[in-house]
Amino acid sequence: MAIIPGSGDRVETGTALLPEAPPGAVDTAAPASKPHGLLRRGWEVFAENKLALVSLGVIVFMVLFCFVGPHIYHTDQVHTNLSQTLCPPGGQHLLGCDNLGYDQVGRLMVGGQTSLEVGVAAAIVAVLIGTLYGAFSGFIGGPVDSFLMRIVDAGLSIPYIMVIVILSVVFRPSPLVMIFIIAVFYWLGVARLVRGETLSLRTREYVQAVKVVGGGSTRAIVRHIVPNAIGTIIVQGTFAVADSIIILAGLGFLGLGVQAPATDWGNMLSGGLQYIQSGTNYWWLIYPAGLAIIITCIAFNFIGDALRDAFETRLQRR
Amino acid sequence: MTKFLIRRTLQAILVLFLVTVFTLALVHLFPGGPIRSLLGPRATAQQVAHYNQLYGFDQPFYIQYFKWVGQILHGNLGFSAKLNQSVTSLIAQDLPKTVILVVLGTVVSLVFGIPLGLYQAVRRYTAGDYVLTGVSFLGYATPTFFVGLLLVEWFSIDVHLFPPFAPQGQTVGSILSQPRALILPVLAYSFVLYALWSRYMRSSVMDNLVQDYVRTARAKGASERRVLWVHIFRNSLVAIVTLLGLSLPTLVAGAIFIEVVFNYPGMGLAFYNAALQVDYQVLLGFTLIATLATIVGNLLADIGYAVLDPRVRYN
Repeated sequence: MAIIPGSGDRVETGTALLPEAPPGAVDTAAPASKPHGLLRRGWEVFAENKLALVSLGVIVFMVLFCFVGPHIYHTDQVHTNLSQTLCPPGGQHLLGCDNLGYDQVGRLMVGGQTSLEVGVAAAIVAVLIGTLYGAFSGFIGGPVDSFLMRIVDAGLSIPYIMVIVILSVVFRPSPLVMIFIIAVFYWLGVARLVRGETLSLRTREYVQAVKVVGGGSTRAIVRHIVPNAIGTIIVQGTFAVADSIIILAGLGFLGLGVQAPATDWGNMLSGGLQYIQSGTNYWWLIYPAGLAIIITCIAFNFIGDALRDAFETRLQRR
Repeated sequence: MTKFLIRRTLQAILVLFLVTVFTLALVHLFPGGPIRSLLGPRATAQQVAHYNQLYGFDQPFYIQYFKWVGQILHGNLGFSAKLNQSVTSLIAQDLPKTVILVVLGTVVSLVFGIPLGLYQAVRRYTAGDYVLTGVSFLGYATPTFFVGLLLVEWFSIDVHLFPPFAPQGQTVGSILSQPRALILPVLAYSFVLYALWSRYMRSSVMDNLVQDYVRTARAKGASERRVLWVHIFRNSLVAIVTLLGLSLPTLVAGAIFIEVVFNYPGMGLAFYNAALQVDYQVLLGFTLIATLATIVGNLLADIGYAVLDPRVRYN
């Protein structure tokens, strides 16, 4: 599971140590004078990307399936029904039943609600905290910035999975608690990224001008730094959703996530593990939930990629 | 360079201090405190108070902290009451087995990731590149444990090729004596890492392809093969080495999930069992060790990067 905050292309190799970008590259990032025009142009670039549009469609479908689905496809997801334990797919139960007799399609819907809700909410919380922290730290600079960033380093040095496991042992995990457990770890990477962005933004004339006319640092951060770093923030937020869903699935799989009768996609898989290791082919216990996770996360990753292209192209066109 | 080393080491020490404070603070988060979680819900308040005093949990945080650090410096990471074993001996017993899994998995993923990433960069925007990009997107979006589940489903249920469980046994020797059982855990472990390395290698090579030194090398008449292997490949490898040093949290996470899926008797499985039983001494000791390893890994990566890339030093 590649959840270094910002993995893959998003991996930072000791950002603090990398040589500064050439000045020419920075200069192209001009201030966002007309946000509406920018958003529209960004959307145009985004819309040209077929993969991103398909991904957007997939997400919309998933949301409808999970939240509207249960009103059309009625199943009992609260009471176990041991008479239909592990029944194979077909007829009444399109994807069969799990070890407690829950209908798997209905389970996918209920589990998907948790996965999507927690994934999106955790991403929003993490990105909000990380953005404010990173922008503040980078804007203040000096020893305060240094110290604040060491706190981030310290947090990132503790293997996140261990912190998250310990936290979910400590707190009884409800969806609300899960949001904060995931965000507690994830904001660190965002903070580091936004701080880097802030460092280059705060030297611009229009930010300096705020000081000259007597505006406070809060105003400079909220009105000028954050809006100009919005591209980075939104892209990071999109990846954060995918990563949060995977982290939640991991916890659910370990049995440390939301508690029964509630479930999430990862939790559904932990039942599957026991049964396939017994040597019988209960494929319907693992494919549906696993594919739901993969498809949703790929869609969010594609959207994140397309958004990055959209924002970067916007910068290049100037 | 000396200045850089000193500054970077001082930073690492500050991080170390913060991490130990965080970790000890985690203990106090346990419902009712660490002693309550050890004695269980039926213990009386007197019993809890007695043990709190015995273990020094009634003292101010900073005194607890210094005592705890003192113990760690003497090699005492605590004692697991549930396993009746010291945490140090538990680590000595399980760490080598986890190292086998992590090293094998990392090597396999590098062996595939580096050449394929290079290939993708050279043949970028071709069918081959798109297919491999698809594979690495799959790697990002697939939870490690699901890769493990799929491999079990395909190769031990559908086709009876490999056992669905990892090698069992107390010693390293017993693990290595069952290579067939090692194959699925190692493959599952390496898939996600493969996505990481290949993706990174691809963008690193693509960055290097447009650098001035590449143009210079070509202008001097170096063959395309020489430019690729002597100049670009070596420079991109530097980035991978650094990334390796920074990836320890990812490696640890992978190990925990793979060990749970395959019941592999390493540190990850022990950590998971400790979590289920709220064995806080084990949780704390293991977290501390993994964190220390991460900090050292980061430090080495940064120093290595500075040694290999002179541009960093004069910053």
